Amino acid sequence: MKKIIYSLAVLLMSLSVVTAQADTTITVKGSTTVQPAMQKVAEAYMKAKPGVNISISASGSGDGAKALIDKSTDIAMMSREIKEGEIKQANGNGVTPKLTVIAFDCIVPVVNPANKVKDLTPAQLKDIYTGKVTDWKDLGGDAGKIVVVSRDSSSGTYEFWGEHVLKGERVFAGALLQASSGAVVQTVAKNKYAVGYVGLAYAQNKEVKPVTVSGVVGSVANVLNKSYPVTRTLNLYTDGEPKGEPGAFITFFLSPEGQKLVAASDYVPVK
Amino acid sequence: MASAKDRQGKERVIKAFFFGTAFISVVVLALIMLFLFMEGLPTFRFISPGHFLFGSDWYPTDENPDFGIFPLLMGSVTVTALSSLIAIPLGIMTAIYLAEIATPRVREVIKPMVELLASLPSVVIGFFGMVVVAPFLQNVLDIPVGLNLFNAALMLAFMSVPTITSVSEDAIHSVPRELREASLALGATQFETIAKVVIPASLSGISTAVILGMSRAIGETMVVLMVAGGAALVPGSIFDPIRPMPSSIAAEMAEAPFRSQHYYALFAIAIVLFLMTFLFNLAADYISNKHKQVGAATL
Repeated sequence: MKKIIYSLAVLLMSLSVVTAQADTTITVKGSTTVQPAMQKVAEAYMKAKPGVNISISASGSGDGAKALIDKSTDIAMMSREIKEGEIKQANGNGVTPKLTVIAFDCIVPVVNPANKVKDLTPAQLKDIYTGKVTDWKDLGGDAGKIVVVSRDSSSGTYEFWGEHVLKGERVFAGALLQASSGAVVQTVAKNKYAVGYVGLAYAQNKEVKPVTVSGVVGSVANVLNKSYPVTRTLNLYTDGEPKGEPGAFITFFLSPEGQKLVAASDYVPVK
Repeated sequence: MASAKDRQGKERVIKAFFFGTAFISVVVLALIMLFLFMEGLPTFRFISPGHFLFGSDWYPTDENPDFGIFPLLMGSVTVTALSSLIAIPLGIMTAIYLAEIATPRVREVIKPMVELLASLPSVVIGFFGMVVVAPFLQNVLDIPVGLNLFNAALMLAFMSVPTITSVSEDAIHSVPRELREASLALGATQFETIAKVVIPASLSGISTAVILGMSRAIGETMVVLMVAGGAALVPGSIFDPIRPMPSSIAAEMAEAPFRSQHYYALFAIAIVLFLMTFLFNLAADYISNKHKQVGAATL
């Protein structure tokens, strides 16, 4: 009994210590695409620095920019670059958006290893995913109905694909929507007519064959030299050079430990 | 005297305790329903029930989103219908064999096996469908997609057969012995006895079994998420991929922004699903009450 009371007391004390120390709060708002990496890094950072609390809310890059402009956030997450108009609005409010790139995002189309098709252009990919091209023979492969595999409509990968390849058009309803990148790989691996798209990490799987896009291989090197077309940067914006606690947090993001967590979220680290 | 009062008091406490425990499940169900309707009904502020149920496009995250669940509804209905078509004959015939024909030794072996099938986690069945059955269907039937309505129905049938078998077997088993003996004594063969006496006598139990099996199939999530393909299309053939309601909810809920239109719409799908399983259970209850077998005289 004594032991229980003692441990309870210790617990209560440690709790009060934590609440007393959690006086610095970093607010982070913006892109849902950046959020998975942000979440992981923020958790690690809060563990390392018990006095810091990071509050993340993700609802879209536009909201990140808005929050930065009206000074309601320390850090804005954006999966696109800030627009001219947004910079002007920010300057009008006395805010100078400053960019820090924390990761690259690169999506690779994959087919079954038995498929002869090695290369697809962005236009061909668009036709496949909107259901305009339905047979592999139109793309230089053996005749057979194309089985289109896509991610679920709420995933960031789907959004990215929709923006960069479909240019805002809808994936046609006959596409097989899979709940995870792992399921996409599994489906493509088991179906010789299938085509899917996954993050770089998943494309390394030996059971699927990555397809080059307009002749360029999706790889870390080609992401870094910007020759791969289906790629973008994941950005953090701050008001002026990052400083203080948010600055320390962004430095941690770019440290080897932070970049390792970025890689664990299936993004390409910048360092 | 005092001790008798004590005992009565004790009795009352025990009674209240058991009433409380029995009441917990009622309270939990009520709370879940309340939550479900609270989160789902706001959907109808931005879309009419008619559009929601019969709209043919499900693009919840588009810039101009569409929340028509007709393809998802049809996905659920077709996969349940097809799996019942497979599972009902299989389940009932297994039950008849086990209860009427099999020798006790065979029964000792097969019955636990069938029950073991029920204890297989659905993710295992889903994985089997994805990795084994789908490539098999593609190679043997030369169809483009192995993850389809047929595959999902087959896997769901595996899951509902144990339910159907064990509930029907109990029903058949409880048919009074005199009925069988009377039938055989009148010169009927064993087959005639089964077909004309035993099955009619246990029909209410068998119906309950079938409905319980079907409601299991319609609510099953993991299997359809893994093997149904996931295309939000009204299927034109049994080899088309489908996206039943539970798989949409499971796949999209985690990513839907809290209290967004998408979030409310997913809860509204859950309401539709709940109403369907509720109707199934109500029907099962009604049938088993109405045609209750109360001894040999009622036949």
